[in-house]
Amino acid sequence: MQRSLHMEPSLCTGCLQCEMACSFEHEGEFIPARSRIRVFEFEHGRTSVPYTCTQCVEAWCMKACPTNAISIDSDLGAKLVSAQACVGCKACVSACPFGTIEFNPFSGKVDKCDLCGGDPQCVAACPTDAITYVDAGASGVGRMASAAKQSHHEAVS
Amino acid sequence: MSWQGKILRVNLNTHEITPEALNMEWARDYIGERGLGTKYLWENMDPKADAMAPDNVLIFATGPLTGTNASTSGRYAVITKSPLTGAIACSNSGGKFGAELKYAGFDLLLVEGRSEKPVYLLIEGDEISLAPAEKIWGKTVWETDEWIKKQHHNPMLKIATIGIAGERGARYASVVNDLHRAAGRSGVGTVMGSKNLKAVAVRGTGGVKVKDPKRFMTVTQEMKNLLAEHTGGLTKYGTNAMMDTMQEFGGLPTRNFQEVQFEGADKVDAKAMMKTDDTGHTNLLTNKACFGCTIACGRIAHIRQDHFTIQNRKEYWHASGGLEYETAFAFGPVIGVDDIDACTFAGYLMNEHGIDPISFGVTLAAAMELFEMGVITTEDTDGVSLNFGNAEALTVMAEKTGKQEGFGVMLGLGSRLMCEKYGHPELSMTVKGQEFAGYDSRALQGMGLGYATGNRGACHLKHDTFEADMDDQTGDGKADPCKTSQDWTAAVDSSGLCMFTMGAWGAPEFAAQLDADSEGDWTAERLMKSGERIWNLERLFNLAAGLTKADDTLPERLLKDPAPSGTAKGKVNELDKMLPEYYDLRGWSEEGVPTDDTLGRLGLG
Repeated sequence: MQRSLHMEPSLCTGCLQCEMACSFEHEGEFIPARSRIRVFEFEHGRTSVPYTCTQCVEAWCMKACPTNAISIDSDLGAKLVSAQACVGCKACVSACPFGTIEFNPFSGKVDKCDLCGGDPQCVAACPTDAITYVDAGASGVGRMASAAKQSHHEAVS
Repeated sequence: MSWQGKILRVNLNTHEITPEALNMEWARDYIGERGLGTKYLWENMDPKADAMAPDNVLIFATGPLTGTNASTSGRYAVITKSPLTGAIACSNSGGKFGAELKYAGFDLLLVEGRSEKPVYLLIEGDEISLAPAEKIWGKTVWETDEWIKKQHHNPMLKIATIGIAGERGARYASVVNDLHRAAGRSGVGTVMGSKNLKAVAVRGTGGVKVKDPKRFMTVTQEMKNLLAEHTGGLTKYGTNAMMDTMQEFGGLPTRNFQEVQFEGADKVDAKAMMKTDDTGHTNLLTNKACFGCTIACGRIAHIRQDHFTIQNRKEYWHASGGLEYETAFAFGPVIGVDDIDACTFAGYLMNEHGIDPISFGVTLAAAMELFEMGVITTEDTDGVSLNFGNAEALTVMAEKTGKQEGFGVMLGLGSRLMCEKYGHPELSMTVKGQEFAGYDSRALQGMGLGYATGNRGACHLKHDTFEADMDDQTGDGKADPCKTSQDWTAAVDSSGLCMFTMGAWGAPEFAAQLDADSEGDWTAERLMKSGERIWNLERLFNLAAGLTKADDTLPERLLKDPAPSGTAKGKVNELDKMLPEYYDLRGWSEEGVPTDDTLGRLGLG
């Protein structure tokens, strides 16, 4: 079963434990500026929205890359950047419609979510289950269920 | 390791900005944040200096655990000499600013002198400058935050700023970061204003490394699990759950401490915030975490749009920081107001203009008592009837104090100076000139001792005698828990973590995290001794500033007027019994001065 990261903004408190876990996993230190997952805040913190690569099937970053540095992990569905092949041209950064692949000025390469080899550390670190790693074919089910519940309440009231 | 090993010295007289190596000997003795900031203050200024003069030094300090993934790792403290008390000031805050300063590579930011013209400090990675602030001088906290981010095309900047109150010298102006988190107490924002420093804006692109990464990850996860077992109530209800406890106990200061229970408490408590009213409005929208915090006690609330305060002011129809216990107390019981929307709006105004809600509310309470006594009239108060319970008086005066207009200038002096000016110093509910928090010293004896001996004046956050106070309502056996918890809190405040973890973590739990994080062998004993050293250094600062034993006292109302109701009905605070015992335990003379032996034992000789 292919899994994907599922983000539920209504559960996010904005604590940024995900950014620390991600940067620690990839950089060996707590450096949120290099996290591949980011949390954005709106209206004085009324909502906090975690955001990262959705691992598009037809990945524009991959298509844009002139050196074929981006490949697909067929088990996870993750798009992975080869540090050897990446030349830091940033074509993928321009191509990604979501802005979730980013140039790292320290390495001269691009960074993106690699699903931590199937054990996403942002998921493990989230204290409120705002980020989960779920069946890619059913990541909308939770929201569908709450909409259905709402309809149920309306029907019986 | 988890110190960055670097501080930034900013001289506002010369506009010189100088990175310096962190003094590692001091870091090992004083940990970080509150302790290290106190040491740097002590070594860099004369405690006798006027708090508003360029000679005062203003320090922003992070701790060794700030910016790590330990839970609640977003704390920083602002340390300076207070213009409200003349004593040392140390106010800490959460939000995201503190961690960002650490990621910028600095443990501590030390500001000295006074700029000729208004400036703000900009730290963007390794580019650091003082930029002209004329365009934001006179702007609110919220406007300033937005302006600086736009000006530098950098929405990732984290900003700590003062509002109008700090620019214009209100004595308890705060430093507000991330829109609604504040280093609130003792006028640290007033000092910032006196230096013509409007804001510090930081984008940190570096990281924080720990000493033993593997052990650190294991221990912080264990500690998060432990924390989750103990803090569910704080997550769900926020700190305002305390309102009901104090109401029931009879320790809820009401109408300027004339009473200890408030008939309207259930209209401004945590449950009231969660209640949906007949129009479908619920005050509380969600809870909110500071950086790294797995508790998330912060509240995000909104005000009814048809409420008199904002019905014609659409700019306040958005969500923002909601009531915590201290703001609910300061806008509710202590001034007799039970209108939750007015209280929430007053909270917005405190953040927007940069004022300490506790000092404001308790000063307004004294003004209300003066008004009801007929000492002041509507002629003094810009036509506003300052009766207890008047919600409109609360919000009008909050705005006037924020903007330092009309009677707001008088309120901005703080309760001690205002009451002296009107010839009624006995109405000022303060210690060393700082207003009380929402706990009455007649019901909570040890709290009274903590208030009286507090190095920054009346403060509920620098000791924790709660358990002993609930068990027994006499002065017996309170000196020891007061002293021990003061030392312990000083260590916690120096770590970079939040004291709201103290219910789940004791000294061994803190030591385990610090030891995996930072060089040196950190044990519970060493942490306690560091805390005691910090407490005594703060005391030395105050003694050098001219404070004496006479300042370790409580207002007569708490020492002579018995509590009129509640579990402590008929009781007064027994400070005269507790204080000598406390001095003795501390190793201080009868005059409250640390003996040579004590100083020698703590390495302060």
